[in-house]
Amino acid sequence: MKDIDPKTSQVNSIEKSRTEHEQWLHMYRQMLKIRKFEENVNQLYTTAKMPGLSHLSIGQEAVAVGVCESLRSDDYITSTHRGHGHCLAKGAKTNLMFAELLGKASGYCSGKGGSMHIADQENGNLGANAIVGGSAGIATGAALSAKMRGTDQVAVCFFGDGALGQGIIYEVMNMSSLWKLPVIYVCENNLYTEYTHYTETTAGNIIGRAKAFHVHAEEIDGQDIRKVFSTTRKLVEKARSGDGPSFLLCKTYRYYGHHVGDINRTYYRSKEEENEWKINRDPLKIFANWMINDQLIDAPGLEQIESDVQSEMEDSVQFALDAPYPDLNEVDKHVYA
Amino acid sequence: MSMLEMTEREITFSQAINEALAEEMRRDESVFIIGEDVAEAGTPFKVLSGLVEEFGTERVIDSPISESGFTGIGVGAAMTGMRPVVDIMFGDFMTIIMDQIANQAAKIHYMSGGKLKVPMVVRTNLGASRRSAAQHSQSLHVWLSHIPGLKVILPSTPYDAKGLMKTAIRDDNPVVFFEDKMMFQDKGKVPEGDYTIPFGVADIKKEGTDITLIGTSSMVQVALEAADHLAQIGISAEVIDPRTILPLDKKTLIDSAIKTSRAIVIDEGYASYGVTAEIASIIADGAFYHLETPVKRIGAMDVPIPFSPVLEDLTIPSSKMVVNMAKTLCGRS
Repeated sequence: MKDIDPKTSQVNSIEKSRTEHEQWLHMYRQMLKIRKFEENVNQLYTTAKMPGLSHLSIGQEAVAVGVCESLRSDDYITSTHRGHGHCLAKGAKTNLMFAELLGKASGYCSGKGGSMHIADQENGNLGANAIVGGSAGIATGAALSAKMRGTDQVAVCFFGDGALGQGIIYEVMNMSSLWKLPVIYVCENNLYTEYTHYTETTAGNIIGRAKAFHVHAEEIDGQDIRKVFSTTRKLVEKARSGDGPSFLLCKTYRYYGHHVGDINRTYYRSKEEENEWKINRDPLKIFANWMINDQLIDAPGLEQIESDVQSEMEDSVQFALDAPYPDLNEVDKHVYA
Repeated sequence: MSMLEMTEREITFSQAINEALAEEMRRDESVFIIGEDVAEAGTPFKVLSGLVEEFGTERVIDSPISESGFTGIGVGAAMTGMRPVVDIMFGDFMTIIMDQIANQAAKIHYMSGGKLKVPMVVRTNLGASRRSAAQHSQSLHVWLSHIPGLKVILPSTPYDAKGLMKTAIRDDNPVVFFEDKMMFQDKGKVPEGDYTIPFGVADIKKEGTDITLIGTSSMVQVALEAADHLAQIGISAEVIDPRTILPLDKKTLIDSAIKTSRAIVIDEGYASYGVTAEIASIIADGAFYHLETPVKRIGAMDVPIPFSPVLEDLTIPSSKMVVNMAKTLCGRS
């Protein structure tokens, strides 16, 4: 679907609906891929096969996929410590992702980056970032670069509600507005800045902060992929046509803890709240129900996708487990270009 | 004008930097400048005067006072095909951009397994004695030198400034380029046109046999002054300028200390845990069996730089300090 330009495509309505159909199914597959990927990450952690920690984005899949499906492969993203979903949604391969998470030589960063630093230049992913808000400058700089080079590329900066506390976000929004840069700031408000509810750390009105810089800002339900996709497409077109930056606030929820080791969470949020989101606000369920109601797919069709994704995950995990560690003489390679 | 006159013309340190930037911007469209008051103002020190007239505000970009933000923008632009020169008005503001430099720019190439690179120059300054007090007088170059992935450049002459700046802009890594604020009006011979000076190659500014004086940035001039005084009392000092402290030309420093058997290291950063400590340690290791005396160090006094001139002058290394220490080491005090 990435080849379809909605502005110029003149296909007839049947072909168009077929294309849209395939597009929705692809998006569902991508969301499921993220969920299964991260379930496997959690499994690798709990079975002590993965070094270090990892931050899961299960529950937030609609934001990653809805946004990245609005982009071309040469558009840029920057991601966060909770970034597996963004990387996969922008086109990363699950086997190379798992290999990186296990610190293997065949991983995306030759095992030197790990879970929080996956970069995939071929797909425009300028890297996940373990400093909260740390990539806001990079995304904005990529947008400035696109403008200076005369391309029509767009940059998306993913960050969480926690990054709303970092000053650099506002510094670069100010500049992107002044200079009409093609950048979209996508704030995933999963309600918790680590272990603290965002209302305890965030004063006033969130999108009002962007509006103060005359950055176009919208607030949407981040669990509804159709809403995320249609809104982002509009913002991407706006950016691509030279009409400047946007700020998209997506309300969402992370099902797991701040990281895989954050098991006992009742001191900062209730089981009831978690269950409410998992049962009634799950982005995959919402999407699947809509597709079934609209007869885009039936239950066996969904099962087939699930089984395909599951089998891809098994192969990918095995690939990563079997992959060799880096040569020890790699340790001081790539310090300098 | 003959070729000889052209190549031997004298220009200021400030003009040398300006010329390097202009030539690189003409040569490569991806080079641009971003920072506070870099365009029409040409920076408070006027080093960039005239560049905006030639290259326009799209390539000489006045930013808000948001050092962290526009340094981050430089990092992102560098990662995606541009070669930004990020102008940080005072070296003291390294504090503000440290995350973008140390956590982002320096590590991106390594963390990405060599896929991404950050060809960016941060142009800033160091040095006290302008009566600017504690937040506009520091020499913080050692902070950057502590971070693998960065390169740290300290030119001491107009000739070196031009050649090193060109190398910095063409380098595929983040380079932090420190100019001493007191040197902008210093004059020196600078060739017209293109030349580069490689990083990691020290320059022997004066040959000598009795003691090695290693100076960085404006401390090279302090060392040369000291060498003149020492010559008058029969002590032959060799003066060496590392020119870049990351990478550092260890061999030239060690070889000189082996030859002279004595060394003093002078740098305007704080003495404690500083550049002088690193270089002294390298010489102590590399020239141990050839040394007549311990390697000595002179840095800024370990105090916030005071405002009052009588106090500020006490905190900065001087040629008198170097002469006295050299005389002691040579048994002539």
